[in-house]
Amino acid sequence: MNKEEYLSIVKKYTPKENKIKNYFYAFLVGGLIGFSGELIKKIIICLFNISAKDASSWTSLLVILITCICTGLGFFDNLVSKYKSGLFIPTTGFAHSIMSSSLDYKKDGLITGLGSNIFKLAGSVILYGLISAFIMGIIKVIINV
Amino acid sequence: MTLVYSFLFSGFVCLIAQIIMDNSTLTPGHLTSLFTVLGSILACFGIYDLIIDKVGSGASLLIINFGSTLTNYAYLGFVKNGIIGLFSNILVGSSLIISSTIIIAAIITFFTNPKD
Repeated sequence: MNKEEYLSIVKKYTPKENKIKNYFYAFLVGGLIGFSGELIKKIIICLFNISAKDASSWTSLLVILITCICTGLGFFDNLVSKYKSGLFIPTTGFAHSIMSSSLDYKKDGLITGLGSNIFKLAGSVILYGLISAFIMGIIKVIINV
Repeated sequence: MTLVYSFLFSGFVCLIAQIIMDNSTLTPGHLTSLFTVLGSILACFGIYDLIIDKVGSGASLLIINFGSTLTNYAYLGFVKNGIIGLFSNILVGSSLIISSTIIIAAIITFFTNPKD
């Protein structure tokens, strides 16, 4: 069997995903996270009478806390594999990646397992975020001079 | 009205990510990095702050806001204190997300066991 035949057989048996369903779920779940974030923010402003900036910080904190607890209890992974980008484009994705890698490597010990692997998935976001922020910050300085 | 805008904007960005992911071989890791870089490009021209003013939490909860906050604080630091200010200020705005996630994740990890 040569390589092309093998690839065609692989292609034949790869399960086809329903793309329209994926798009619908991503839109709905992503939208619901934005909607509930805004709702929580409004409730916090009403209840505690603090500024909008502080309220959105509290909202982010609450979302991260809920995500970490759900991942720790073990049912967030199923949700991510079902709703895909609806859950990993909001902050929930960042929290989920840190939480799941720290859970996975806990068995290898606190230093060599948890400590050195906690950024395994989220490291790329921080690395490329910092590099692009450095370059774009300098470009913004040049534009605004 | 911001509730509706939040729903539509957040859903729209997730929809774009899903369309890119389904029609290419990129993984979620690629996409989150891509959207972070996109956020810092949008912040460079001051577009994302306008979107947050209009949309509210629907925009500030997305990973795009992470890149946008990094760029804004890098710029503020450079204006205040030059190159040293850029390096010392770049993580100030995002410190909330990074440090709270690490601390909460570590604490919860100590008390739970992964299910296989």
